[in-house]
Amino acid sequence: MIKRVFLIGNPNVGKSVVFSRLTGVQVISSNYPGTTVEITKGYLKLGDEKIEVIDLPGTYSLEPSSKAEEVAVNLLRESLPGESAVINIIDATNLERNLFLTLQLIEQGYPLIICLNMCDDTEHRGIHIDFKKLEELLGVAVIPTCAVTGVGVKFLLERLKEIKPLVENKLTHEGRWQRIGAIVDSAQKLTHRHHSFREMLEDATIRPLSGLFISIAVVYASFKMVRFIGEGLISRIFDPFFFNYYQPLVERVSSVLAPGSFLHHLVVGELINGKIDFKQSMGVLTTAPYIEFAMVLPYIIAFYFVLSILEDIGYLPRLAILLDNLLHRLGLHGFAIIPVLLGFGCNVPGILATRTLESKRERFIATTLISIGVPCVPLQAMIFGLLGSFSGFYVGGVYLVLFSIVIITGILLNYFIKGYSPELLLEIPPYRFPPIATLAQKLFFRIKGFIFEAVPIVLLGVALINLMLYFHLFDFVTGIFAPVIQGLFGLPKDAVVALVIGFLRKDVAVGMLIPLGLSAKQFFIAATLLAISFPCVATFVVIWKELGLKELLKATAIMIGASLIVGTLLNFGILH
Amino acid sequence: MKENQKGKVLEIAGGNSIENKFMSMGIYPGREITKLSHFALRGPVTIKTGRSVLALGHGMAAKIILEVE
Repeated sequence: MIKRVFLIGNPNVGKSVVFSRLTGVQVISSNYPGTTVEITKGYLKLGDEKIEVIDLPGTYSLEPSSKAEEVAVNLLRESLPGESAVINIIDATNLERNLFLTLQLIEQGYPLIICLNMCDDTEHRGIHIDFKKLEELLGVAVIPTCAVTGVGVKFLLERLKEIKPLVENKLTHEGRWQRIGAIVDSAQKLTHRHHSFREMLEDATIRPLSGLFISIAVVYASFKMVRFIGEGLISRIFDPFFFNYYQPLVERVSSVLAPGSFLHHLVVGELINGKIDFKQSMGVLTTAPYIEFAMVLPYIIAFYFVLSILEDIGYLPRLAILLDNLLHRLGLHGFAIIPVLLGFGCNVPGILATRTLESKRERFIATTLISIGVPCVPLQAMIFGLLGSFSGFYVGGVYLVLFSIVIITGILLNYFIKGYSPELLLEIPPYRFPPIATLAQKLFFRIKGFIFEAVPIVLLGVALINLMLYFHLFDFVTGIFAPVIQGLFGLPKDAVVALVIGFLRKDVAVGMLIPLGLSAKQFFIAATLLAISFPCVATFVVIWKELGLKELLKATAIMIGASLIVGTLLNFGILH
Repeated sequence: MKENQKGKVLEIAGGNSIENKFMSMGIYPGREITKLSHFALRGPVTIKTGRSVLALGHGMAAKIILEVE
């Protein structure tokens, strides 16, 4: 009896969507090759049996060429015969290329059924597939599906029972393509269609001149949209809620606890001019929820909304082509832009996404650059909220400094690290327009992730900070680092605490700068340093797990070095 | 080779691993491919093979030896 089902297929054919449909477990899916870099497991019920379903990263063949592909192929190889089955997911709009892996799987003797996905997208592209014929030619069950809407997935389950391995001769690569040619010729009919508007757009975005203009427009529009949605949510929903409904509630808590008491210090924090100030009080029930819900969450929603649209339409690989040249100077290739963009949301998924890069050298460079120069949404939201009130000039300045650091560090790393980086080889997917419900689901999933992961840490963190401040436990650390902070960076010595807290959460760290009454320049330096220096603890752990302790220490040394240099330069050199 | 020009792959002038990688993505001797665009300063090249559009680094594209029609 089957106990385990592997989902395998080329990159970007919708494996994760099928997985979510089969198991009900939500995973992130997008329209670019390499969305899935981790193995996700879930369960489905077939009759009375409980079957484990494993979503594997996409691969073009059983000879892996990146870390993510290797993981997929190895796991499949280790599977026990007789207990596991394979669902090979195929993109119906690109039958020919997908069949290469299918034939390899059949030749290896894996018990297999084929899920012919994206069947809804074939008609208007002039593709007609005779799936009965395909089934006959391949000798395995072929089930047409459209996983995004759920069509056909039920049949997939029914046919799962009759799965059995075939015995086939192994073909050479050329022989395999010949056989595919014969299969495709008889099972697929193409009718000529005029170029649609979508195809013209697909074309325009991969040509140098038009592509450049479109990319500038897209990036500009995305940025504007994130700000518009983020600010809109803050001023229309979150701020009114906190000031009109939440404030009276905590004021009552404050009067019950009596200002000055230990518990009041912990829960409500300091009163500013006799009142609760959500930005400055630093209490577990005041500043902590205000930072997370009214300053950061709106931007999380806005950022992931815009990112999800770009991901699902399939624009990101096109950006990769345009940036390939620049990224080559940094020892990376164009595809590295995708981990970088994900890193802007949170460095952790960004660093995980570097698994799609081929070599260890590239992964180290990309990881270091992300953790040094890519500020996450929580940090950016706080910079916008606080530094933005001084002037937009400083906000732009932070980005300019970070961008320069990424470029300089990248060039240096590329020069000094041995080895070479492989070149870009990337499939450019067609544009697709996912149903709104799919988009909403993904957005909701990401927001939920943020709330469950960030909020407990922030509440605990603020409690911890208050305890340490109350018992003067920071004085020791402040004493040690004060000369550096004061002498080199021109910051007050209390900023040490904020920089140390940056290891815990970047947003709380910026929040801790507020009561210090910094000048615009000091604030600018402190915010930039928070971005460059030590990554937060979650990022730290991920780098350790992904690259090992040695590389983590190397990356950390680079970050500390860069912080010292940049902090000093900003203080003495550029800004006077 | 100019934009929108077609050509037949003669050979892949590279190591085994790159040959395999190309092979699995649908670039192999005898296959007809179309060049779509290229980017300045030894930038990437985009090609079409079958129904897939691929972007390749300049050096990688140079490894595909074509017979231009």
